[in-house]
Amino acid sequence: MAPLRDVSAAEIESLAIGAWILGTGGGGSPYLALLNMRRLYRDGVVVRLMDPMDLADDDLVAIVSNMGAPLVGQERLTDPRTIERAVRMMEEYLDRRFTAVMSLEIGGGNSIQPFMAAAMLGLPVVDGDCMGRAFPEAQMTSFAIHDLPMYPLTLADVRDNAVIVARAQSWKWMERLSRTACVAVGSIAGTCKAPRTGKEVKECGILYTTTKAMRLGQAVQAARREHRDPVQAVIDTERGLRLFTGKVQDVARRATEGFLRGTAALEGLDADRGHTFSLAFQNEFAVGWLDGAPRVTTPDLICVLDTVSGDAIGTETLRYGQRVTVVALPAAPILLTPKGLEHVGPRAFGYDLDFHSVFA
Amino acid sequence: MNTGDLGQNVERRSPAQPLRRRIGIDVGGTNTDAVLLDGERVVAAVKTPTTADVTGGVTRALSELLAVAPEASRVSAAMIGTTHFTNAVVQRRGLTRVAAVRIGLPASASLPPFVDWPDDLAALVRGEVVMLEGGHEYDGRPIVPFDTAGMRTAARRFRQTGVSSVAVASVFSPLDPSCEEQAAAVLADECPDAAVTLSHRLGRIGLLERENVTLLNACLRDLAGRTARAFTDALRASGIDAPLYLTQNDGTVMLAEVAEAYPVYSFASGPTNSMRGAAFLSRLADALVVDVGGTTTDVGALRHGFPREANNVVEVGGVRTLFRMPDLLSLGLGGGSLVTLDPLTIGPVSVGYRLTTESRVFGGATLTATDVGVAAGLLDLGDRRRVADLPAAQVDRALAKIRATLEEAVDRVKTEAGDVPLIVVGGGAFLVPERLAGVSSVVGVEHQAVANAVGAAIAQVSGEVDQIFQALPREEAIARGRTIAEDRAVTAGAARATLRTVEVEDLPIAYLPGNSLRVRVRVVGEIADGRP
Repeated sequence: MAPLRDVSAAEIESLAIGAWILGTGGGGSPYLALLNMRRLYRDGVVVRLMDPMDLADDDLVAIVSNMGAPLVGQERLTDPRTIERAVRMMEEYLDRRFTAVMSLEIGGGNSIQPFMAAAMLGLPVVDGDCMGRAFPEAQMTSFAIHDLPMYPLTLADVRDNAVIVARAQSWKWMERLSRTACVAVGSIAGTCKAPRTGKEVKECGILYTTTKAMRLGQAVQAARREHRDPVQAVIDTERGLRLFTGKVQDVARRATEGFLRGTAALEGLDADRGHTFSLAFQNEFAVGWLDGAPRVTTPDLICVLDTVSGDAIGTETLRYGQRVTVVALPAAPILLTPKGLEHVGPRAFGYDLDFHSVFA
Repeated sequence: MNTGDLGQNVERRSPAQPLRRRIGIDVGGTNTDAVLLDGERVVAAVKTPTTADVTGGVTRALSELLAVAPEASRVSAAMIGTTHFTNAVVQRRGLTRVAAVRIGLPASASLPPFVDWPDDLAALVRGEVVMLEGGHEYDGRPIVPFDTAGMRTAARRFRQTGVSSVAVASVFSPLDPSCEEQAAAVLADECPDAAVTLSHRLGRIGLLERENVTLLNACLRDLAGRTARAFTDALRASGIDAPLYLTQNDGTVMLAEVAEAYPVYSFASGPTNSMRGAAFLSRLADALVVDVGGTTTDVGALRHGFPREANNVVEVGGVRTLFRMPDLLSLGLGGGSLVTLDPLTIGPVSVGYRLTTESRVFGGATLTATDVGVAAGLLDLGDRRRVADLPAAQVDRALAKIRATLEEAVDRVKTEAGDVPLIVVGGGAFLVPERLAGVSSVVGVEHQAVANAVGAAIAQVSGEVDQIFQALPREEAIARGRTIAEDRAVTAGAARATLRTVEVEDLPIAYLPGNSLRVRVRVVGEIADGRP
């Protein structure tokens, strides 16, 4: 087994930039998790990264995420003790120790949650996740697509509230039960999902996405340093596609059932002048329409970037007047299978549309 | 400086035509400039040194303006823009120590107030930090009950330790300000002399950024109160009874008595005015602008005649904030910057308004960037014999360093690889070389030394609404909000026909019955002609 690799503070900074882009508008900004990591690193913590292929088949991996609405996270902030509490509770419940922690979703702040947990628990972080991006619901993972069991789940809040979902009849039920608990504690909670064996991670995980996000962040940082177009750097690094450049004309949001749902309308600029683009989101961007016709749908990654800085713009920070470029990035192959599309295709979000990848 | 065929335009007007005269004043760290605008014409402009008491400089600028243009006593409005508050933060000067009250425990505990502040600024501003239980959930329930007893204990301690300014930020206060309001009531009760800044009055959703704005506002309250009163006194002492406005970050104005409680709203007004003035004077709508003042240099980009706005978070003096601000790069370089030649250092400390007494060419003992400019023959000011002893090689090295600093700043602000025009304004413009790497042409403009006062004079009035509407479709709620904002702008002195919407934001509030929507609308328009 290869030795574990120390992750530098600079790599965590790059991870935050790349993960925010892969968040496709959701997942919550990694900034607050990054601030926690800066404080932890200043106190002498160093987190180690593990190649998933170095996991033994019977190793046990904690899959962690902060669950809830991004808007709530901006106010309630994030605290490493919450995610630590969820993992500890799972260890107590199973009466077993974890070998490592792994991210549920590499998009947004949840890319850094395993680092926060790892820092508190002294465990390594596995290089990978089970979405390759961000998604709003529990059944939208590669593990769910592979029909792995979805329980048990532990959930902890900042107060002394904690919930174990011991069993659930389906992923939908797990989502319903855990989401209800999450909404009850204020739509933000630390969760430890169904534990995975090393074998399950290697066979069913979406691997090496942690280092992919770091590379994406490094590409943006390099482009800014060298005064190249950071949006182009994103496209080049991930073989993406520029879909639309314009200005935000209108944003409508509503917070329902713990989600931030809404739409945004863009008016074209430059080469897209005279055209319009509209976006629908449920925490993440789900569908984009060019001049009223569907142009891009989930699971293709729909990223809205600041046209100048290349910074990702979240669904909760979209504002009137912003100059943005909509970019599509390819999704992990498992999400594009018929089974995958059942979980994360446009119909899973309530849009009566067939999935046609912009990369097909 | 007198630029005008005074009075002729006024006499030409028929009595039916309203007055369009406005005074614009810019109070910088070094100079206080005043202009009289008549419509789109700069009638007169004067430049005087800023004085330690601020009032003296404004009074003198006004009396010089009145001397060359007597009709300046009959204006529709006077607008003052100032870099005073930005300079205070950038230079870490004149700031009040602030007690921070965060209401939200047990949430947010690992990231306390001042968490991402530069160490040197935090060392000056950070007073006692109090974190209390309380705050709200997104749906309006309390996180835990507000610890009013803890607030009272802290407030009593504040009075004992002589705290003069308190910043209060509560989780989800933009949706439910009650914890902050209760805290304010306790503070008014227990330490009535302390200025209290509440986060929900200033910022938006996003606790840390809103709290940062609140802390910055709190550390400037004392300075802002003194400054606004000084401006008003100066205007009245000059016999001008027109309403006084202070210009804001977005190029609009606010009545002075309102503005003094919210110095952060005036934070970037100096550079905003300068850039809008540069666009107005150059007739260039798309260019970079460098404004070299006495203390700082701001570099920004003009798009369609307005400063490019930062999309989200803007750093002020190294602190992350979230409100509408121009996207600017500020350098501690200006005509008054302190210079040492061996070893070579330039700024960020400046002699500021004391340039005309402390700099070498004016008989003082302090070497400044202006002295270096005079020694190099870039400008003729004061007594050049007093800098004749400076070694030419060291003067050249200092100028090369200034050039390198400016080229790097231009490069950082630029968003495209190609060369772009650069409009140069401000009293320290002589420090900008005629050729710079990355710049297609260095553009000078008439009245460049008073561009910021011109920008202040052309500032518009805004009207804003931030209100919860119930049981209305979204479009109708926004339309009602817009009507209220427009009425407020008109009341504040805007011409209705010129109003346009610059900001629309709506936030659903799930916990209130009947489809509740919080609507923010902001409109701006020209100041209506005619005296109020």
